[in-house]
Amino acid sequence: MDIFSKLGSDIVKLWSDYGSQYMHGAFKTIELAVLATAVGCLIGLICGILQTIPCSKTDNPIKRVIVGIIRVILRIYVEVFRGTPMILQAVFVYFAIPYFLDGANLEVNTAAFLVVSINTGAYMAETVRGGIISIDVGQTEGAKAIGMNHFKTMVHVILPQTMRNIMPQIGNNLIINIKDTSIMFIIGFTELFAVHKAVSGATYLYFPSAAIEMALYLVITVVCSLILRAIERKMDGPENFDVEATGARTDAGGMHIYRKSSKREVR
Amino acid sequence: MSELILEVQHLSKTFGKNEVLKDIDFSVRKGDVTSIIGASGSGKSTLLRCINMLEIPTSGTILYHGEDINKMKGGAPAYRTHVGMVFQSFNLFNNMTVLKNCMIGQQSVLKKSKAEAKELALFYLEKVGMAPYVNAKPKQLSGGQKQRAAIARALAMKPDILLFDEPTSALDPEMVGEVLSVMRDLANTGMTMLVVTHEMAFAKDVSNHVVYMNNGVICEEGSPQEIFENPQKQETIDFLTRFRK
Repeated sequence: MDIFSKLGSDIVKLWSDYGSQYMHGAFKTIELAVLATAVGCLIGLICGILQTIPCSKTDNPIKRVIVGIIRVILRIYVEVFRGTPMILQAVFVYFAIPYFLDGANLEVNTAAFLVVSINTGAYMAETVRGGIISIDVGQTEGAKAIGMNHFKTMVHVILPQTMRNIMPQIGNNLIINIKDTSIMFIIGFTELFAVHKAVSGATYLYFPSAAIEMALYLVITVVCSLILRAIERKMDGPENFDVEATGARTDAGGMHIYRKSSKREVR
Repeated sequence: MSELILEVQHLSKTFGKNEVLKDIDFSVRKGDVTSIIGASGSGKSTLLRCINMLEIPTSGTILYHGEDINKMKGGAPAYRTHVGMVFQSFNLFNNMTVLKNCMIGQQSVLKKSKAEAKELALFYLEKVGMAPYVNAKPKQLSGGQKQRAAIARALAMKPDILLFDEPTSALDPEMVGEVLSVMRDLANTGMTMLVVTHEMAFAKDVSNHVVYMNNGVICEEGSPQEIFENPQKQETIDFLTRFRK
């Protein structure tokens, strides 16, 4: 039992000495993950709108060429940022600016935010595409039939429904980002995992520090899960609806009787 | 004779090698209630979808007030605000309440204010007997209620002509009546309607023009009396006999 009391005292000691640093790291992690996931979603939604621009062989050639170019660019974006490690993307982006522009520098926070957002956006683009495909084609036809163009159809009808359907996947991305932002230590971004490296390096208390970090990460992710579930419930709206005061035609419970005679009766 | 709203000229549509519509010619005048009848697969729905530009015809032209619909200013979206459509599967927007369904087109397409849109939406929802359900989401409604809401949504755009694509075919039998009743009232207000239907009683009693389609061509057309009481073509007679059985 001695070893456990030693662990306890180590953790207490670490927390009293470095607690504020852990908390700061946790805050930075949450900040980066939430912001980058939100921006990633936005990128995904925009890609979704662009990818589904209707284009048939009968459209004019200029439109077809433009739509074709957009699709190719989006495809390359998705393949590049989904197909390379994020840790490498971070290094790549961070050192690209000073390499090309002598003396210029990308701030660490900005670089980390850019990389995680763009990376998440690549995944979200595919998620949104899947979400859009899953919406019944009748919804699009209904929107078109009242004169909506592609953009209005997407914004008012398709994407709100898509968002509800892909919420679990957005949650996945947020949770993944909370954990995976830890690799941003490679460019010197001080989030939660970077604090562990610093603290354990100074104190040699590797395991107790890791235990603290495990608990902190778990608390953050579980709280995020709960919040996401609450948002989903909120999006579903109430189970019931209020029946408004009845109008003249609805005194019979809102039902109409089909009369065989074409003559109208006096009510 | 009142003015022509729609003229369909030499319209053809093929899906691959399947010729669905062959050289269709017909027109709709203001105030007409035209019923298109015919067996399943005869091309009725495709014709209606071509008229609303949901399908692109292989050849032929459609004129709206004498203007080619493919060359109209604002393209398909602008044209469709004048030509309402009611679908077999309702196609109400699942993410909106009934009221919002009837407002969104007015607000986003016609650029009306929220108050204006709401007033008109409530007016038409009241007309179709859906006033008590304005706060309901589509999934909370019965089929008949959904279709009545969909009719109100189309009407709220103040279309010149309303297309109905088998509006009662997806409904339980006891709900067919309430939708037909709304359509009948609408016809009585002078609304121009083009209705693809399997409801022969409706075609006979409410419409003033009946088109019988068979295998992608208009086989016979005329007044309800002509078609139902004195059909000339053998195909029409066979079709109607099958229906009466």
